[in-house]
Amino acid sequence: MIRLSRFTKYFHKGSINQVLALDHLDLAVAEGDFITIVGSNGAGKSTLLNCLAGTHQPDEGRLLLHGDDIAHWPEHRRARFISRVFQDPLMGTCATLTIEQNLALANRRGARRGLAIGVKRSDRRLFRERLTRLGLGLEHRLTDGVGLLSGGQRQALTMLMATMVQPQVLLLDEHTAALDPKTARQILDLTRSIIAEQGLTTLMVTHNMRHALKMGNRLIMLHRGKIILDIQGEEKRALSQEDLVARFYDSQPEVEVSDRMLLG
Amino acid sequence: MTWYAFIGALEQGLVYGIMVLGVYLTFRVLDFPDLTVDGSLPLGAAVSAVAITHGMNPFVSLLLAAAAGFVAGSITALLNTKLKILHLLASILTMIALYSINIRIMDGPNISLLGVPSVLDPLMALGVAGYLVAPAIYGLFALCITAGIIWFLHTELGQAMLATGDNPQMITSLGVNTHHIIIMGVGLSNALVAVSGALVAQNQGASDVNMGIGTIVAGLASVILGETVFGKSGVVRACVAVLLGSVLYRLAIALALGVKMGTFAFTPSDLNLITALLVVVALMAPKIKSKFSGNSAP
Repeated sequence: MIRLSRFTKYFHKGSINQVLALDHLDLAVAEGDFITIVGSNGAGKSTLLNCLAGTHQPDEGRLLLHGDDIAHWPEHRRARFISRVFQDPLMGTCATLTIEQNLALANRRGARRGLAIGVKRSDRRLFRERLTRLGLGLEHRLTDGVGLLSGGQRQALTMLMATMVQPQVLLLDEHTAALDPKTARQILDLTRSIIAEQGLTTLMVTHNMRHALKMGNRLIMLHRGKIILDIQGEEKRALSQEDLVARFYDSQPEVEVSDRMLLG
Repeated sequence: MTWYAFIGALEQGLVYGIMVLGVYLTFRVLDFPDLTVDGSLPLGAAVSAVAITHGMNPFVSLLLAAAAGFVAGSITALLNTKLKILHLLASILTMIALYSINIRIMDGPNISLLGVPSVLDPLMALGVAGYLVAPAIYGLFALCITAGIIWFLHTELGQAMLATGDNPQMITSLGVNTHHIIIMGVGLSNALVAVSGALVAQNQGASDVNMGIGTIVAGLASVILGETVFGKSGVVRACVAVLLGSVLYRLAIALALGVKMGTFAFTPSDLNLITALLVVVALMAPKIKSKFSGNSAP
């Protein structure tokens, strides 16, 4: 469904600060895959997601979605197929608009926006029904400003907005990292149920090894812009947290050596 | 203040209120400080004046003025979005370019409109007292346009515009091309400013290339004054507040001009100072309010 080939992204290309963020990356994502992506800081996880969403354009390589090369499409054009949730809960919603206005904006993701009234009466019923499922009581607060909500509530709303119109690909960029543990757990449960319900193809970046192992059917580990581990199915289920950390060092001998020297 | 001065201030507040709504659209809705207005106000006046003196219906000339204003605004927005020029600088460039263009349009620095038809004529013909005609017509225009803006900001497109000013990353990821929205918004804003300029020219009987100087300052002062006094929560309230803010601003100016202390009196050249002080006071007001009510501002 998605195929990345020799996908390469530099930052500050041509300057002495040049960084190779994605290094001729090859990846094929099948329909319905739920991939968790792990890796150390600077491994290229967020760059990969940003390149998929269109925030960054690659320097080389192709990005095929259903056979179309969309590597250089602008972000707003991809939004029809690709939907994302950011790490910062404030990023996914508009603080100055009401809950129903935010949902209405999301309800027209990728569609033409004209001079019809933004929030229609028929929309409200749908919004209420969807919000009820969050269990946060937001269905009674449709006309409240989103700025009044907590970070967790805003992130739950963002999850809902990202999947209001079913996307072909859902990108989650450490979307629970800025939340307290209890709220993070609720958002993860919500994530899991929405993905299962809609059968969404998902890429989820996380720093939490446990989440990476527990969720999804496939796990990718990135290091210095390359995929160094790609496991799925039974192999992934059998993997323990310790194994995963060990695999990380196995595939990066020089890291192990330097860490051993430090620890020893 | 005399009754006559009050009516005059009301009339000015309403006609410039249309300009203030335009400034509200850029400054508040799109978060795009736009100085083009200093050029698009006389642009509207110039286009309307030339059209009327060439025999066009004064009402139709307003549409022409609006179209010219829209083009001016969208050029500023294009400079900003496509050429990545800072919004403030982009608008200054369009503004100074418009000075030359306005003189070209009028084939000189000004055009007299004495004795030619104006939008005030229909009401004049009905025999309404002369000094009430302009406030009535301008009031009607201002109310209709305010209602129109409120309606627009509730449409799908209007809501996308509000979101573009608030959270461009979010609205982009929902599939909106923010460049288009900014071009449309800044264009619309300057269309309103141009209509305001055309109406002013028709009433004062002349269009002048220098009539736009200080438009942005008066616009910002009115927006801030209105929001401070009448509140800004929600689109409906904010739009009505900035229109009333415009009236309040003109009243404050008229009041200041009427002040006499011994031999001292303000002159029209003191207006800039008064405006600056007014904006500072309006900006300070929320902090002062919270201090007196005992809450420390965050």
